[in-house]
Amino acid sequence: MMKRPPPGGLFLEGRSSWVYRLCMADSGPSLPVESRTKLSWFLSGAALTGSIPALILMTAHVGFAGFASENGLPMIQAAFMVAAIWALPANIVLIGAIAGDYSIVAAAIAVGLSSIRLMPMVAAFVPEIRGPNTRRISLLLLSHFIAITAWVIGMERLKNVPAEMRVVFFAGIGITLTTANTLVVALVYLLSASFPPLVFACLFFLTPMYFLASLWGSARDRSIHVAMVSGLILFPAIHAVAPAYDLLLTGAIGGLVTMAYVRWSKGRAAT
Amino acid sequence: MTWHSLTTWWWPYLFILLAGWLPTDIWRFLGVLIGGRVSEDSEALVAVRAVATALVAGVIAQLVLYPSGALAESALSLRLAAAAAGFCGYLYLGRRVIVGVLIGEAILVAGLLL
Repeated sequence: MMKRPPPGGLFLEGRSSWVYRLCMADSGPSLPVESRTKLSWFLSGAALTGSIPALILMTAHVGFAGFASENGLPMIQAAFMVAAIWALPANIVLIGAIAGDYSIVAAAIAVGLSSIRLMPMVAAFVPEIRGPNTRRISLLLLSHFIAITAWVIGMERLKNVPAEMRVVFFAGIGITLTTANTLVVALVYLLSASFPPLVFACLFFLTPMYFLASLWGSARDRSIHVAMVSGLILFPAIHAVAPAYDLLLTGAIGGLVTMAYVRWSKGRAAT
Repeated sequence: MTWHSLTTWWWPYLFILLAGWLPTDIWRFLGVLIGGRVSEDSEALVAVRAVATALVAGVIAQLVLYPSGALAESALSLRLAAAAAGFCGYLYLGRRVIVGVLIGEAILVAGLLL
């Protein structure tokens, strides 16, 4: 008899399914679905600002505020940057461009290259968040709040939210998370908080460590695990050859490897 | 025109908008337009999701292998060992993200202090 593989993929096979269900149970909203208003869903999304991934993102912004002030950026401009761009790698690239006295066009190109990854991320996110009556303009406005953390949280949680409530739920996550981190940056400036290098090293390490675990956990089929492993392996190899396009090529080639795997596993299942 | 070209108060904000916000959000808007055209269970969506996941994995690799700021001074082998141990801890100790993060951080701190 064929058993459906558990959605956790590779390493979950062989574990009893109740363990899996138990793990999933605390990630979903607990109130009955029909009785909840839009405001209530918005607030559930906003409440995720207190979740571990959101707290990790805030510590990353503490690190960013330190980096920005080291480079002589005033508080208001650093906070404005976080709210207007809302992508930490792009912020860091822009500060590098400012420090290197790049022209505005060269700075825009450098930032644009670091932000291309948002296009496939948002494209993959749209089917997750779209409800039956979602207007394109709400998606365009909300897309500003999609960056890695909100993307990973959304991919994990949106499937447990009724389709017509997903937009408000994500608005709750995105708007609150962006506002909170803008305030965190301002606060670090106001307190002129400085930490020993060891603390900054730990703060900078939190983000990749968190993404590593949560990206694996957010996958619902094995193709995501294949894509993730190929991205991890391809990046250093491509970086050595073409450092200017390392992320882009990692995405493109990692995608091809994954599609080859999907085709191969389908072909194997058919025979 | 660089950051230091003009000394008016609004120039830095315009610079951030033109060189930061515009080249970032334009990709998000394009993503919405593309995502609106792929249907839920098409192969195209699997492909888009695969590219997005590989990119995020690339960002993770970048943050571990070529970090900026204070982390850049630590040894590469230490960062790799901490990340690998944290990820294994996540996989084999009940799949809790916080467990993986704490193990990775603990090894990093231990390595930096020793």
